[in-house]
Amino acid sequence: MRCNAAALAVVLALPGAAAAAAPLDELGSHQGQVVYVDFWASWCTPCRQAFPWLQAMHESYALRGLSIVAVDVDANRADGERFLKRFHPGFEVRFDPSGSLARQFKLEGMPCSVLIDRRGNVRFTHIGFSDKDRITYERQLRELLDEP
Amino acid sequence: MRAQTLIGALLAGASLMNAACSPLGVRPWQRETLAREEMQLNAEPLDRAIDDHLYFSKEAAAGGRSFAGGGCGCN
Repeated sequence: MRCNAAALAVVLALPGAAAAAAPLDELGSHQGQVVYVDFWASWCTPCRQAFPWLQAMHESYALRGLSIVAVDVDANRADGERFLKRFHPGFEVRFDPSGSLARQFKLEGMPCSVLIDRRGNVRFTHIGFSDKDRITYERQLRELLDEP
Repeated sequence: MRAQTLIGALLAGASLMNAACSPLGVRPWQRETLAREEMQLNAEPLDRAIDDHLYFSKEAAAGGRSFAGGGCGCN
């Protein structure tokens, strides 16, 4: 999977959830931040398990410069919105019902996430989410947040 | 010359037929229908776990049954 700052711009160009839609200078607001792009779907059980963890990471590290962008790949956007009503995420949510971005990122499983450092480089990619992954993923987040 | 043309045409035909198969397959983000409970080969997880344990104990081999974790292809 390859990604760069330009790909991040594509992520942020996707339509957002009404409640969490960012203003127009959204890419600017992510510059210099550690960005965690998470691809999820309402039918994917591990994605459901990852959401409370993502919310916890958002609450713990947003002030230190972490931006979480969750991309819904549900073919039917209403399914994704129903899922969101259950979790009320405080982070950004984008919709990719056609899967065009998923295809571009060449996702190999679900959920799939990409961790981008403050300079816009992809540093880590994850496939799947389970309890044992929480510690590793958080350590990677902290590692990137500690970088200048 | 004619034989060479025939072989060339056969090769081109074969590669076209191969290429025709390339778009087949469900991508990970398209597994919504496959992830549904009624699409599982066995809808009873406990029953399946017991069967798997028996199989593993007898054959010293495991896996190959289906996707775990709701068809996400991640576990």
